[in-house]
Amino acid sequence: MTEQLLKVRDLKIEGRSDETWNPIINGAGFDLKKGEVLGLIGESGAGKSTLGLAAMGFTRDGCRISGGSVEFDGIDLVNASADVKRNLLGKRIAYVAQSAAASFNPAHKLIDQHTEAAVQHNVLSRADSEADGIELYRKLRLPNPEEIGFRYPHQVSGGQLQRAMTAMAMACRPDLIIFDEPTTALDVTTQIEVLASIREIVEEFDTAAIYITHDLAVVAQMADRIKVMLKGDEVEEAETREMLSNPKEEYTKSLWAVRSFQRPQKPAVQTGSTPVVSVKNVTAAYGKVKVLHDVSFDIHSGRTVAVVGESGSGKSTAARCITGLLPPMQGHIEFDGEVLPLDYRKRNKMQLRQAQMIYQMADTALNPRKTIGELIGRPVQFYMGLTGNEKRRRVEQLLEEIELEPTQYINRLPSELSGGQKQRIGIARALAAEPKFIICDEVTSALDQLVAEGILKLLAKLQDELGLSYMFITHDLATVKSISDEVVVMKDGRVVEQGPKDEMFKPPHHAYTDLLLSSVPEMDPDWLTDLLKQRGVDNIGDAAVSNM
Amino acid sequence: MSFWVETVLLLAAMCAGGWIFRFVGRKVTNNKPFFRDMSYGVAFGYVLGAAVLVWLIWAYMLSRSSDMMVANKYFFLGKAIEGFLIFAVAAWIFRLFGRKVGTEGSRKLFRSMPLTASFGIMIILIYAILAIFAAGIAPHGQEEVFARANIVPGGDVNLGGDPAFPLGTDQIGRDILSRLIYGAQNTVGIAFVTTCLAFFVGGSLGFLAATLGGWTDQLLSRAVDVLMAIPALIFSLLLITVASAWFTGFGLTVSMVVIIAMIDSTRVYRLARAVGINIVVMDYIEAAKLRGEGLAYLVFREILPNATAPLLAEFGLRFCFVFLTISALSFLGVGIQPPLADWGTMVKDLSSFINYAVVAPQIASAPLLAAGAIALLTVAVNFVVDWMLHKSSGLKE
Amino acid sequence: MASILLIIAQRLALGLVTLFVVSIVIFTAVNLLPGDFAQLILGQGATPEAVESIRRDLGLDQGPVVRYFQWLAGAVQGDLGNSFAQANFASFAGSDTGSGLSSVAGQIAPRFENTMFLAGVTAMIAVPVAITLGVLAALFRNSVFDRATNILTLSSISSPEFFLAYILILYLAVQNQILPSLSLVNDDMTFLERVRMTLLPALTLTLVVTAHMMRMTRAAIINLLASPYIEMARLKGLSPMRVIVKHALPNALAPIINVIALNLAYLITGVVVVEVVFGYTGIGQLFVDSVKIRDIPVVQACCLIFAAAYILLNLTADIMSILSNPRLRHPK
Repeated sequence: MTEQLLKVRDLKIEGRSDETWNPIINGAGFDLKKGEVLGLIGESGAGKSTLGLAAMGFTRDGCRISGGSVEFDGIDLVNASADVKRNLLGKRIAYVAQSAAASFNPAHKLIDQHTEAAVQHNVLSRADSEADGIELYRKLRLPNPEEIGFRYPHQVSGGQLQRAMTAMAMACRPDLIIFDEPTTALDVTTQIEVLASIREIVEEFDTAAIYITHDLAVVAQMADRIKVMLKGDEVEEAETREMLSNPKEEYTKSLWAVRSFQRPQKPAVQTGSTPVVSVKNVTAAYGKVKVLHDVSFDIHSGRTVAVVGESGSGKSTAARCITGLLPPMQGHIEFDGEVLPLDYRKRNKMQLRQAQMIYQMADTALNPRKTIGELIGRPVQFYMGLTGNEKRRRVEQLLEEIELEPTQYINRLPSELSGGQKQRIGIARALAAEPKFIICDEVTSALDQLVAEGILKLLAKLQDELGLSYMFITHDLATVKSISDEVVVMKDGRVVEQGPKDEMFKPPHHAYTDLLLSSVPEMDPDWLTDLLKQRGVDNIGDAAVSNM
Repeated sequence: MSFWVETVLLLAAMCAGGWIFRFVGRKVTNNKPFFRDMSYGVAFGYVLGAAVLVWLIWAYMLSRSSDMMVANKYFFLGKAIEGFLIFAVAAWIFRLFGRKVGTEGSRKLFRSMPLTASFGIMIILIYAILAIFAAGIAPHGQEEVFARANIVPGGDVNLGGDPAFPLGTDQIGRDILSRLIYGAQNTVGIAFVTTCLAFFVGGSLGFLAATLGGWTDQLLSRAVDVLMAIPALIFSLLLITVASAWFTGFGLTVSMVVIIAMIDSTRVYRLARAVGINIVVMDYIEAAKLRGEGLAYLVFREILPNATAPLLAEFGLRFCFVFLTISALSFLGVGIQPPLADWGTMVKDLSSFINYAVVAPQIASAPLLAAGAIALLTVAVNFVVDWMLHKSSGLKE
Repeated sequence: MASILLIIAQRLALGLVTLFVVSIVIFTAVNLLPGDFAQLILGQGATPEAVESIRRDLGLDQGPVVRYFQWLAGAVQGDLGNSFAQANFASFAGSDTGSGLSSVAGQIAPRFENTMFLAGVTAMIAVPVAITLGVLAALFRNSVFDRATNILTLSSISSPEFFLAYILILYLAVQNQILPSLSLVNDDMTFLERVRMTLLPALTLTLVVTAHMMRMTRAAIINLLASPYIEMARLKGLSPMRVIVKHALPNALAPIINVIALNLAYLITGVVVVEVVFGYTGIGQLFVDSVKIRDIPVVQACCLIFAAAYILLNLTADIMSILSNPRLRHPK
C-alpha cells in the first residue's frame, strides 16, 4: 500500500497564444501511492486538467512541459520516447474524460472501443476482453450489461456512457486512472450513481486515481487527499478530513465559506394581495411536443421564487412563456392582476419594460461589439428617453449600483471583462429599464463559486433597495437555499411541489423533491457512504427516479 | 529507357538518403527527441525537399548559361525564381516598413502578420494604384494602334524588340504594357463593381431572411437553391447569350456585370444568412427583441457589427471568384467587350505566341504576362483572406 | 432503417423537383430572346414562306407553355430538338427543310462521352493525390511541408485555368515535347493514345481540383483531430496510424465524400475553359461555340445537362453522407 507510484516535481507547463509561450502551471508537485486517490480542486483556469494530463506525460496541442519531472513507477515521463509513453497509456495509466458523449467515437460500438486498448497492448484476447467488459458493466450496475456494449454511443444516456467510460479505463486494470470532471455535465440524481460506481470499482481493484473537479462536496466523497490549485499555482495539500475541517490558506477558507451565505426567511405573504406575476394553468409546446402541462405559480412583490428542476424539466420554457417568446397553447400570464398579451410582439413598451431578463451565459447575452456604456445606455434611452449627459449620468449611477467603477468600465468592451463582471453588466442592463420583475435564468451556474456568491449577494441587496421580484431558475439546490423565499419544483413539464422555502427544506417532501434534495452532495466525507447505506445501492439515480 | 533507369536510381538514392539522414542525425545530436521520434516518412520528406531545392538552384544556373538553347529552355523557370525572390524580399521590406510607420493599431497588425499576407496587401495596393492612375502611368493609350505590330517584349533590338515598347506590341500594333496597365483599371474595376453589387443584393436579402425567418426565409432560400443548382459559369454563359441579342459593346459589358452580380449574390445570400442565423440565436438579440426594438435596429445595430469579419473575408473570396469568372468569359470571347483592354481577352489574342517558346522565349512571355497579372492579384487576395480567416478562427479558441 | 430510406427518398424527390424548376428557368431565360427564332435562323433576306415553314417545323407557332412541355417531354425521352446551325446550313443548301435538320442529341452524345472521359481521367489522378496530400498536411500541420503546400495550393486555386494550361503547354508540349498541345481525340484511337491525348487537359484540371480538394480534406481532418474522442484514442496509447485509420477516417468519410462531389461538380465549370484551350471536342467546347452563334437548342440542352450533372453530384454527396452517419444508420 505504501509503494510510491507517481512522483511529480516542480512541474511547469506553458501554453502558446499569439506566438508567445505563457505559463499555465508554475511549478506543481505531488506524490501518489498505489491505490491512493488524490483530489485536484480549483476554479476554472486553475490548470487542474492540464496538470492531470501531464501526470500521464501528455500535453494538449499548443502546450509544452517547460520544466520539472513526472516519474511514473520509476519511468521519467517527461523525457521518455513516444513509444515508451504509448506503451504505458491505456495499459497502466488510463483517462476518463469530462464529456463521455464526445469522448466515445460515434462510429464504433461501445464494446469495440472497450476492448481496443487491451487487445492493442496484448493484455487480453478480444474474446476475453469482451467477457471482462460485460463483467465490468455489471459491476458498474449498467442496465442490460450483456447487451449495452453492442450499442453505439448515441444510443446510450449520458450517465450510462460515463460509467461505460470508467469500465473502458479499467479494461487493462491500470495502476492509475485520471478522472477529469467526470460528473460535471450530469444532473444531480445521475451524478450520485456515477460517483458511487466509480468509487466502488476504484476501491475494488485498488487503483490509484487523480480526481479532478471544481466541486468540493464531490471531491470530499472521492479523495483520500486533496490538493487545491489557483491560477496555475498550488495553494495547499492535505488529507481530506484535515483539509475540510482545518484549511490553512486564506483562499481555501474562502472556498469553504461560500456555502454559508443565506438570506433570512421573509414573513409570509398576506393572503389576498395581488401577485406581481401570476402564471395561470399554462400549457405550452414546441411544435407538437408538449413541454409544459398546466403550470401555475405566483410571484409576489419583493420576493424571490426559485424554480428548480433537472435538465428538461421545463423551467426555462416557463420563463419563455412569461416573456412571451413562446406563446402558451392554453392558460395566460397576469402582471399586477392585468392579463398580458401572449406574444411579446403584441405587448406595449410599458409591459415589456416591467419584466426584464438576466441570462445564464453573459458572453452571448452582451453584444460583443458594444461598449458597456452603449449596452446599459440603450434601455435607458429606449424606455426613459434620456440622452446626452442625463443618459451618461444614469449609466454611471447604474454601474455604481452593481459595484463597478464607472470611469474605469464605461468605455470597455465585454471581452475585456471577467465572467462575473459581465454578469453584473447583464444585471445593470435589466435594472436600466427600472422593472418590477426580473427573470434570472441560471445566472450563477456558469460562474466559479466565489464569483457566483458575489452575484447572489448583489441581487439580494438590489431586491432590498428596489423592492424587485425575482423568478430564479436554477438546478443548484445550494443556490435555492441561499436566495429564495419560495420554491417551485418542476419535473417533466409539471409542477411537482411548491411552497415557502423553510417548508420545502423540511420533511415530509414529495418523493421527487426528497430525491433531489438528498442527491446533492454534502461536504461531509461520509455522506455518500451513509446515503448508500440508507437507500441501498440500487435505489439511487435513474433507478430511483423510475422506481417512483 | 535510360530516363526510367535514372528515375529509379534517383528514387533509390533518396530512400537511402532519408535513412542515412536520420541515422546521422541521431548519432550527431546524441538521440535528441527530434531525431529519436522521427518517422522514416518524415526523414524521406526532408531529403526530398532538399533535392527539389538543389534542382531549382541548378536549373537557375542553367537559365543563365551562355548556351542559348539551354538558357532558353530554363528561361521561364529562371524568371519565376527571380520573381519569387524579388517579391519575397519586397514583401519583407514592406512588412518592416508597416511595423515602423502608421498608427498603433496598424503597426500591431503588421507585427503579427505572416509574409504571405504582407505580400498580398502590397500587391493589392500596387494594383489599386495602377487601376486608379492608369491614364497617368501608361505610356500610351489603350486603343492606340502603332505602325509596327508584333514587336518582341524585352526591348532588345537584336531580338526584334523596341525600347519604346518595353513589353512589345500585339498583333495589330497596340502597346502591350499600356494595355496591361489599363487592364488593371478595366478588369479589376469591373470585377470590383460586380462584387459590390452582389454583396449589396445578397447581403441585405440574407440578413433579412435570417432576422425575419418564416416564409420570407423559405421563399428566398428555395429560390436561391434552384439558382445555385446551375453551375455559375454555365448560367452566366447562357444569360450572356440572351443579353448579346439585346446589347452590343459597352451595353453588353454592363449587362454582364449585372448578370454575374445576380448569380454571385446567391452565394453571398447563403453566407450572409448563415452568419446572420448564428447571430440571431444569441441571447443579446433576444434581449433586444424583448426590449421592443424594431427590425432596422436589429439588423444594422445588433447583427451587422458582428458580421463584418466573416463578410469581409467572404468579400475577398467572392471578388476572386468574380474576377476569375469575368476573365474566363473574356477569354472565351463573351466577357468584357473591345475596345476596352482586358487581361482575359489579351491572353486569348496573344495565345498563339506560346509556340515560339523554344526559339524566342521572350515572345511567348506576352500572353503569360496577362494571365500572370490575373493570377497574381487573386493569389494576393487569397493570401490576405487566408490570414484573416486564420486570425478569426484563432480568436475563437 | 425505414427512416433512413425515407430521408433518401425525400432527397431524391427534392433533386427531381430542383431539376424540374431549373429546366423552367433555362427555358424562360432562352425565351427572353427578342424576335423570332425562325427569323434568327434564316436572316433578314428570308422569304415569309420559308420563315413560316421553319416556324412550323420547330413548333414555334405554339404558345410558350405548350412548347416548354413539348421540349421537356422530348428531353426526358432523349430527344433534345434540332440544331439551328444545321437548319441554317440545310436551308441555304436548298435541301428540304423538313428532313435536313440535325438532332441536338446526335450532336451532343459523342462529345458528352469525350467530356466524361476527360473528367474521369482527371478524377482518377486528382482524388487519390488530393486525399493523400490532405491527410499528410493535416498530420504535419504547421510544419514546413504544410506551409509550403498551403502556399502552392492557394496559388493554384487562384490562377485562372488558362494560365495553368499555358504553363503546362509551355513545359510539356513546347519546350519538352512530351505531350501534344492540342488534344484532338477521335474514335479510331486506342485507349492509350486517347489517354495520352487527354493527359494535358486532365493535368490542368487536376491542378485546380486537387488544390481545392486537398485544402478541404485537410480542414475536415484537422477539425476531426481536435475532437475529444481522438484525444481519448491517443490517451489509450494507440499508434498514430491506428488513431487515423480506425478513429478519424470513419468519421471523416462524410466530409471527404462531400469534398470529392463538390469538386467533381466544380470540374463541370472548369471543363469549359480547358476544352477551349486544348481544342478538345467535348461538350464544353460545343457549348461555347453554340453560345457564339446563338444556336439556342444546343445551348439549352447543354445547360440542362450541366445542371443535371451538378444536381446529381450534389445529391450523391448528400446521400453518401447520410449513409455514413452512424446516428442515422443505427437510430435509437
